[in-house]
Amino acid sequence: MKNITCECGHVNPEGTVLCEACGKPIEGNQHINGNQPNKLLNMRYDGSARRSQTYNKTFVDKIWNFFSSVKVGVWLIALTLIASAIGTIFPQEANNQSPLPANQYYEQNYGIAGKIYYQLGFHDLYGSWWYMLLVASIGISLVIASLDRFVPLYRALKKQKPKRHETFLTKQRLFGQADQATEEDKEALVQGLKKQRYKVYEQDGHILAEKGRFARWGPYVNHIGLIIFLIGTLLRFVPAMYIDESMWVREGETKQIPGTDRQYYIKNEDFFVETYDKDDPRYQEAIEEQGGTVVKNYQTNAVLYERTDEALPGSEPELKKIKEGAIQVNRPIKVDQFALYQTTYQLDEFKTMTFKIHEKSDEDEKELDTFTVDLVDPKPEYNLENGIRITVDNYFPEFEMQNGEPTSVSKYPKNPAFVFNIFTPDNPDKPEVSFVGIGANLDPSGENQYKVGLKDFETRDVTGLTITKDLTLPILGLGGLIFMIGVIQGMYWNHRRIWIHPREEGVWIAGHTNKNWFGIKRDLEKIVEGTNVPMVTDQNELKE
Amino acid sequence: MELSTISSNLLYGAFILYLIATFFFGGTIRTKGKEKASTRTGNIAITITIIGFLSQVGYFITRWIASHHAPVSNLFEFTTFFGMMLVLAFIVIYFIYRLNLLGLFTLPVALLVIAYASMFPREISPLIPALKTHWLYIHVTTAALGEAILAVSFAAGLIYLIKSVDQSKLNKKTFWLEFIIYALYATIGFIVITSVFRGIGYDSTFQIPSEMENAEPTKVEFTLPAITGPHNGELITNGAMQPIFNVPEWMSGDKAASKLNTFIWSLLTGLVLYGLTLLILRKRVAAAIQPYLTKVNPDLVDEVSYRAVAIGFPVFTLGALIFAMIWAQQAWNRFWGWDPKEVWALVTWLFYAVFLHLRLSQGWQGERSAWLAVIGFAIIMFNLIAVNLVIAGLHSYA
Ligand code: HEM
Repeated sequence: MKNITCECGHVNPEGTVLCEACGKPIEGNQHINGNQPNKLLNMRYDGSARRSQTYNKTFVDKIWNFFSSVKVGVWLIALTLIASAIGTIFPQEANNQSPLPANQYYEQNYGIAGKIYYQLGFHDLYGSWWYMLLVASIGISLVIASLDRFVPLYRALKKQKPKRHETFLTKQRLFGQADQATEEDKEALVQGLKKQRYKVYEQDGHILAEKGRFARWGPYVNHIGLIIFLIGTLLRFVPAMYIDESMWVREGETKQIPGTDRQYYIKNEDFFVETYDKDDPRYQEAIEEQGGTVVKNYQTNAVLYERTDEALPGSEPELKKIKEGAIQVNRPIKVDQFALYQTTYQLDEFKTMTFKIHEKSDEDEKELDTFTVDLVDPKPEYNLENGIRITVDNYFPEFEMQNGEPTSVSKYPKNPAFVFNIFTPDNPDKPEVSFVGIGANLDPSGENQYKVGLKDFETRDVTGLTITKDLTLPILGLGGLIFMIGVIQGMYWNHRRIWIHPREEGVWIAGHTNKNWFGIKRDLEKIVEGTNVPMVTDQNELKE
Repeated sequence: MELSTISSNLLYGAFILYLIATFFFGGTIRTKGKEKASTRTGNIAITITIIGFLSQVGYFITRWIASHHAPVSNLFEFTTFFGMMLVLAFIVIYFIYRLNLLGLFTLPVALLVIAYASMFPREISPLIPALKTHWLYIHVTTAALGEAILAVSFAAGLIYLIKSVDQSKLNKKTFWLEFIIYALYATIGFIVITSVFRGIGYDSTFQIPSEMENAEPTKVEFTLPAITGPHNGELITNGAMQPIFNVPEWMSGDKAASKLNTFIWSLLTGLVLYGLTLLILRKRVAAAIQPYLTKVNPDLVDEVSYRAVAIGFPVFTLGALIFAMIWAQQAWNRFWGWDPKEVWALVTWLFYAVFLHLRLSQGWQGERSAWLAVIGFAIIMFNLIAVNLVIAGLHSYA
C-alpha cells in the first residue's frame, strides 16, 4: 500500500481523493471523483479511498468493482422491476385456477402472445432461476457496495479536522467571504450554530460545526435490513424452518394434522358460512348491488388434541384435548409453532346414502328392505332380510360421464354413484347389475327383477384448512424493522457541516450537506442574522 | 339528517373548498413585483385548503361511524381517502417550503382524484371476511399516505418540466409533456362522460351465453353506449347502440368489456376537451402555462420534488409493503403471493429505489429527476386504476 502524506501531516490511504483531515485535493487522484480545477469539489464519500476506485488488477478486484458500482446496482433493480411487471401481464401458473396444463392454457387463452409468454418461462416467473439470480445479485451488490463505501467514509468522518485547506472551502457549494467580520461576529456565529444544535469543534480558531452525522449511516443500516430479509426468504427452503400443508376435515371427523409428525389432531365440530342480513338498512343497497348475498364469516369450530402415547404407525392414538375454539379467516388457531388457517370449504358433501330395494314389477314400490352406505368408507357387502345380498361392484364418489365411460373426478363424495350387484336367493351365482346415482337409476341388462332406489341421504360440511409453521417470520420481521430504521435515519435527517475559517481579514464560511440544501441554507440564514457576515452564496446557482 | 347524508355533504363541501383554494393559489401568481399581496393571497388559499381538509376529515369520521368500519374498503372510499391524503401531504410540504404554486398544481390533482372516486358506487358496503382485520385499515391508510406524498413529487416535477422544457419547437420532450397533460384531460373526460350518461340514465344490457351447459346466460350492464361489447355478447336492450367491435376472448371477466368501453370513452372525451383547449390557446398547453412560471426558482421546485420522495419513500415502504405483508400473512397465511397488486407495489418501490440511487450517486437532478417523478406517479396510478381494471387480483375491490 502506498500511503499519501498530505501537507497538513495526515497520512492517507492509497486512492484518497481529498485529504481525510484537511480536505486538500490530493494531486493525481482527482480523476477518481471527476473533479476539475474550475469546478466545485465532488463531495461523494468525502473523497475517501474506496477499494473499487483504487484496485483493478486481479479477478477479485474486477468482481468487487462490478458489484460495488451503483450503475450496476441500478441496472439490477431496474431489470427486476421490468421482469416483475411483465410477470403480471398474464396470470401466473401458481395463481390460476384453470384445470388446463400450462403448456395448453396460455396458448388457448391468450393466443400467440400467451404461447411466447409460456415458452419464455414468464408463467412461473417469480420462481424461475433467473429471477432468483437477479434478486441474489441485488443482494450481493448491496453487500459489496456498502462495504466498499462504509469503511472509508467512516474513516474520513472520524479523521476530519476543523482546520481545512482553503481550496477545499472555496470549492464547496455553499461559500462566503466576510472580510469585515470581527471576533464578536465570529463568536455570534458560534453561538448561532450551537443554537441550531450543531456540535461545534475548534482547532486553532478554525471551527467545524456538524449535525446529523448518524444520518450518513442510514443507507448502510437499511441495506443490512434488506440483506437480513433476503436471508430470511432463503431460509424458507430449509424444511425445518417452514411447513405449509393443507387438509380437509369433515364435520364430526377427527384427523391427524399433517406436518406435525403425528403429534396433533383436530376435530371439526361444525363448519358454517354466515352471510349478511339482506334487510340490514346499513348495507342494504350494497348487498343488492352485489347480487343479494355477501359472506360475513367462514368458521370452523375445532377441538385440538395432542397424542399422549408413542406415535407408532397403525396403533390407535390416545388423545388429550388441549384446545377448543373457532378458526376464522384472519383468525387462525395456534398450537405450538403451528397455525391453522381457514382457507376453503365444501358445503353439503354427502355423508351417507340410504337405499331401498323393491320388486321392479311392483307398482307401489313396496319396500322389501333398506341399507345405508357410508360414503367415505362403503362396506363391500350388505346382507338384507330376505336373503338378498348386495355387493358394491363399483363406487364413483364424484361421478361424471367421460367419453361414454363412467368415472370419478375426485375421491370426495360430491356426486356419489354406485354399481351394485344384487344376489337373490333364487339366483345366488348370477347377480343382477344395477346402477344408482343422484337422479340416475339404470338397469343395463333390462332384465332385472329387483330395483335399488335412493331413499334418503345425509350431508355434512367439510372445512379446508392450511397448516403453516414459519420460523423465518421473526427474521423477516427483523429485516423489515432494520430497513425501516435505516431509511428513516437516512431520509428524515441530514448530515450538515459548516466550516468557519479565520483569515487575516475576517472569516470564510463554507457549508456542505448530503441532502436538503434548502434546510442548511435556512440554518445559515438564521446564524448570520444580526452579524456583519453576509449570507453565503450557492455556487451551484451561480454557474448557470 | 342521517349520518350518511351529513357525511356526503361534508365531502361535497371539501370538494368545493379545494376548488376555491385552487383559484386563490392561482391568484398568487404574479409576473411582476407585489410580493406582499401575493403572500396574503397565499395565506387565504392555504387557510381555505385546511378548512376543506378538516371538512373531509369530518366526512371520513362520520362515514366510519355510519358504516361500522373504516371507510377504505371499496374503490370509492379508498380513492377519496387517497385524495384526502394528497391534500394532507400538500399541507405538510407547503409549510416546509411555502411554495404557493405547488397548491395550484396539487389541489387540482386532488380534485380530479375525488371526482374520479365519486364515479364508483358510493353505498356503504359490508366487509367480506378477508377484510376484517385492523391490519387492513393500517395497511391501506399508510399506503395511501405514502402514495400521496409521492404524488406531491409528481406535482413539483410537472411544474419543473413546464417551466424548463424548451417550448420553441415540437420534440420528444414537448410531446411527452403534452401527453401527461392529456392524461389529466382523459381523467376529466372520464368524469364528464360518466356524469353525462348517468344524468340521461342511459343503460343497455348484454347477454353472454354461459360456458357451462344448461346454465343461465350472464347479463352485463353498460352505462355508456357500447363502442366495444363483451365477447359473444348479444345486445338485448332495444334501441341501444350496437358495439363497433367485441373484446377478444381472453378479456373474460364479466365487467372487462364494460370497463374497456368506459376507458375508450374517457380517452375520446379527453381528446375532444384537449382539442378544444388547443383551439382556444392556439399553442401547446404547457407552452401556454410556461410564461406564468417565470418567477419560479427551478432549484427549489427540484428540491421539493426530491424531498417529497425522501419523505414518502419510507411511508410507502411501511404501508404498501410491510403492513401489506403482515395483513396477507394473517388473512391468507402467506405474506406474499405475487398477486398483481402486490407485484405493482413492489415495482413502485423498486422504481423509487432507482430514483434515489440515480439521484444520489449518478447526480440525476433537475429535469431528469422531474421526469422520473412523473413516471413514478404514472406507476402509482397504474396500480390504483389499471391493475383493478385490467388485471384484477385478490385486491380488486369494485
Ligand atoms: C431494492 C434494493 C435497494 C433498496 C430499497 C435500497 C435503498 C437505498 C436507500 C433508501 C438509500 C438512501 C438513498 C438516499 O439517501 O437518498 C440507498 C443508498 C445507497 N444504495 Fe441502496 N438500495 C437497494 C439496493 C442497492 C444496491 C443493489 C446497491 C448496489 C450498488 C445499492 C447501493 C447504494 C449506495 C452506494 C447508496 C448510497 C450510500 C451513501 O450515500 O452512503 N443499493 N439505498
